[in-house]
Amino acid sequence: MRVDGKGLIERSQPVSFRFDGNTYRGFAADTLASALLANNVRHVARSFKYHRPRGILTAGSEEPNALMTVGRGADADPNVRATVQELYDGLEARSQNAWPSLGFDLLSVNDLAAPFLGAGFYYKTFMWPRVFWEKVYEPVIRRAAGLGALSGKQDADHYEKAYAFCDVLVIGAGPAGLMAAWTAAQSGVRVILADEDSLMGGRLNAETLTVDGKPGAEWAADMVAKLAAMDNVRLMSRTTLTGAHDGGTFGALERVAHHVNGTPKGGVKETFWRIVAKRSVLAAGAIERHIAFQNNDRPGIMAAGAVRVYLNRFGVSPGKAVTVFANNDDAHRTAMDMQEAGVHIAAVIDCRKDATALGDYRLIAGAMVSGGHGRRGLEAITVQMASGREKIATDCLAVSGGWNPTVHMTCHMNGRPTWHDAIASFIPTPGAIPGMATAGACNGAFSTAACLAEGVSAAKASLEALGVTPVVMDVPQADDTPYAVEPLWAVPGKGRAWLDFQNDVSVKDVKQAAQENFTSVEHMKRYTTQGMATDQGKNSNVAALALLADATGRGIPETGTTTFRPPYTPVALAALGAGAQGKGFAPERKTTSHAATVVAGAPMIEAGLWYRPSYYPLPDEKTWRQSCDREVGWVRNAVGICDVSTLGKIDIQGPDAAQLLDFVYTNMFSTLKENRVRYGLMLREDGFVMDDGTTARLGQNHYVMTTTTAAAGQVMRHLEFVTQALHPEWDVRIMSVTEQWAQFAVAGPKSREVLNGLLDQPIDSDAWPFMSCGPVDVQGVNGRLFRISFSGEHAYEIAVPSRYGDSLFRLLVARAEALGGGAYGMEALNVLRIEKGFITHAEIDGRMTAQDIGMERMLSGKKDFIGATMAQRPGLTEDGREQLVGMKPVGPVKQLTAGAHIYSNGEDPVRAHDQGYVTSVGFSPTLGHFIGLGFVQDGLTRHGEVLNMVDHVRGIQTRVELCDPVFFDQDGGRTRD
Amino acid sequence: MTELIAKTPLDDMAPLTIGACRLAEVDLGILTSIAPYAASKIAAPFKAAHGMAWPAPNRATGKADGRAIWFGRDMVLLAGPKPDPTLTKHAALTDQSDAWAAVTLSGADVEDVLARLVPLDLSPGQFKRGHTARSQIQHMTGSITRVGTDAFLLMVFRSMAGTLLHDLERAMASVAVRG
Repeated sequence: MRVDGKGLIERSQPVSFRFDGNTYRGFAADTLASALLANNVRHVARSFKYHRPRGILTAGSEEPNALMTVGRGADADPNVRATVQELYDGLEARSQNAWPSLGFDLLSVNDLAAPFLGAGFYYKTFMWPRVFWEKVYEPVIRRAAGLGALSGKQDADHYEKAYAFCDVLVIGAGPAGLMAAWTAAQSGVRVILADEDSLMGGRLNAETLTVDGKPGAEWAADMVAKLAAMDNVRLMSRTTLTGAHDGGTFGALERVAHHVNGTPKGGVKETFWRIVAKRSVLAAGAIERHIAFQNNDRPGIMAAGAVRVYLNRFGVSPGKAVTVFANNDDAHRTAMDMQEAGVHIAAVIDCRKDATALGDYRLIAGAMVSGGHGRRGLEAITVQMASGREKIATDCLAVSGGWNPTVHMTCHMNGRPTWHDAIASFIPTPGAIPGMATAGACNGAFSTAACLAEGVSAAKASLEALGVTPVVMDVPQADDTPYAVEPLWAVPGKGRAWLDFQNDVSVKDVKQAAQENFTSVEHMKRYTTQGMATDQGKNSNVAALALLADATGRGIPETGTTTFRPPYTPVALAALGAGAQGKGFAPERKTTSHAATVVAGAPMIEAGLWYRPSYYPLPDEKTWRQSCDREVGWVRNAVGICDVSTLGKIDIQGPDAAQLLDFVYTNMFSTLKENRVRYGLMLREDGFVMDDGTTARLGQNHYVMTTTTAAAGQVMRHLEFVTQALHPEWDVRIMSVTEQWAQFAVAGPKSREVLNGLLDQPIDSDAWPFMSCGPVDVQGVNGRLFRISFSGEHAYEIAVPSRYGDSLFRLLVARAEALGGGAYGMEALNVLRIEKGFITHAEIDGRMTAQDIGMERMLSGKKDFIGATMAQRPGLTEDGREQLVGMKPVGPVKQLTAGAHIYSNGEDPVRAHDQGYVTSVGFSPTLGHFIGLGFVQDGLTRHGEVLNMVDHVRGIQTRVELCDPVFFDQDGGRTRD
Repeated sequence: MTELIAKTPLDDMAPLTIGACRLAEVDLGILTSIAPYAASKIAAPFKAAHGMAWPAPNRATGKADGRAIWFGRDMVLLAGPKPDPTLTKHAALTDQSDAWAAVTLSGADVEDVLARLVPLDLSPGQFKRGHTARSQIQHMTGSITRVGTDAFLLMVFRSMAGTLLHDLERAMASVAVRG
């Protein structure tokens, strides 16, 4: 219910929202949780495992119960904590993990079966039969125990990544963080102040305490305004620091559009920041811990500090008759604040015998709450006193077992926190994160005055480490009440007392783990699931290990903690993978002929990042094969044009250029004459083939190397390694010119005829024999011409600066079409090269030697080259290796398929009889049948043998004859003519 | 007689303004990569030939009509003038005029937009006018140079011009929506 005159909500801005189909009203600046409580909705969720009714426990990101699905359809976000979801008009939320409804959940039968479902139940029960685990048990268990589900539709929202840099990063904008940021900012360094809340100020917005005589919230708002006005300060609200990583790098998730109804057009839902900070100040505050007692999870039982948040920040009282159960003085503030606001305090139960009332309320000292009553909402509690039991009617029990400093981030680089007896909790170990200072409640300093002072001193330490003189800073006046606490983890008694609400782990489960010898805290965690998953033990870790320590007879420091891992709060994969949706997945590389090719209707295939045409269909063609056959025919009989710009082109210059080429290629290049081209083979250091291609000598000390499309980057890297690491003394410079030149293959008997209409000076065979190259003028533009052939025809490659690529492609195609040819795509290119037995990376897949592909003669004996020695290793030269062969069908089945395997006659087509496999196939319109390339054991000496090709995937068996890989024009006459 | 028609990498795209940021394709003129040979003393002849200093690593010299941009290890990109042929004694010169797509991104939000694409601290105190870097632009490797108080020159491979436009538009829109 609302409390008049309290809270920082905008009462002038009412908003409407829906929860589980019902419409409610709240105000701007409410959270979903505060608005639900204001509407007296207490039962908001079912628990993970036992489907117990649960209510709102906390007021922050540590909330274990109130996880909801917000939004609908593709926009729905599962597992949103209602305590951090800001309210907006039209918000729609649904409860999770309940079927058919929250009020009547069939799976709550699990709760009745609880005696059988304790820790280790799955491990003990579902062991047999073994195959049932994956097929039967796990799917059933997963359906029964779970959180929210994704919509299954494509997320229409955009997410982004971003980078930020600063001198001092301050994490948390409570009193400590504000003072740290202010001190650093006043001293002139670049500051980022990040806070997961929408409203900075931390607990100052939740308490009635004052700072420098002003209400805390007002003082915080003033500080935030002053910081916002400074150029060297960046305020990041709604931004949760998720992890501390190497080199002063932090991950941070900004919830950009979760507080509005729908992401604005062009905007993003979340931004995942990488913040690089020279120094950092952790001022993350503390999380209140619960006390375990029977049915301590009933809706209406809440953290005492959260009750104050709802009252003081949101003007909501979670109950009409409130009780408080605590082991410390701090929680008494809840009673005082509620009373001050006119809410009835039924009783304050304090386990400390010497506790004194700080106000006018009934204090029951030296007593404990031993049970909660009311299944779907708290109705009463049982109080166990020395004198006996008393049942007290209450609809809200505010519980405080003390506070745990939020040390999580200090553990992200494998640091362990230090036990601190005075507060009965862990505090950060100094130096756990390089460059990080800790301040305020996360450091175990629980009074406002101490937080303010520690904020200043942590900033000063950071500034001094940066070599900056800190400004003189007065610490504001504030409350300095000492924190008095007496540890109380669990109330003795029967029944299940809950520790980890998110994972449904009880005190009994922890004790059982200890009994069954899972005494290490890490084993206990895995056996009981305490502290796992999205919660990472925020609420329960300290209590659980205190109980484990008790059960095993060790102290808490010796028992230690499990590891708090990043992310601090859950991060959607959509945010981690931001920018990679759709076209953002990878850059698209487009050739200069792309536009003309798309207009021609050619389907594109991806070759690495490049887009290349598959084939150019004509209107009457119904299948790609028809187009491909026609394009092959054009090249064999007339002329074809193909964009080959994607092949890597590397400019190599310098006095030692020839020496470099001799070293990286297996064959000789220093003997190549100027204006001539040579085919070269390149090995890796381990002796296997890396790449092949042609290199042209443009001048005495100037070459241009061509690589395959696929290996362009690899070859460039290889050359960088050779020139930087192996032979830095060589005077040679390399530079990629792939993008500078648009290059087109002009192939076929009429290729010269096409060129001679375009070149400013006609060419002939005398001046331009096979494997010649040189500069040419194309319509007044300086270009390069190479007489090389990947089709086996009389062919050229012509290159012009890329700006003219589109224009030249259109001219070449128009001229070719006039001569009975035209553009051809990758399918035809592939058939043409298979007909000639030319290899691609389908053949040289990284496991092949020069011998395997029949190129042993290219391994020059006159010089050293990379891979020369390793290529002679026994394993690479012995008999029985699979070697390149051609294949053609000779039985009734005529089809060949790439990926099929080769088996001997009369033997079962199983692995043990495997003779090799097929790498490339195509239907040769030139020869009228399928042809293929592949690798067969000792294949070079087995031409003429007939074996079985078996494609297990497609169900095809074909009798194939092994043959020379060159199917067409074996003497190469067509190329040279 | 037919004629070859030149096209720019972004096909003469009209400048684009989204929020407080403006994106424009820029013609840098002739681009020449200059990779000095070992023991070469190119700084003086370069300055004499082109009137601008040979840039140190991560620096760019010159002005809009002619810049020398550090372009990686042992390499400078001369943007604008035709390279002096005598420099070939000192360095490997390679024409790159058609190899790069170049845009200028300018406006009050320019650093916020680039913070979404470039993993570098581009704030004015850290990355001043005349500073340059070879780094990532989203998933592409590129060249980033501050050419004004709130203006940057960005370069990526010509074939990736469309992706550069896509990534910049997305980031500009995101920043603009935040207001």
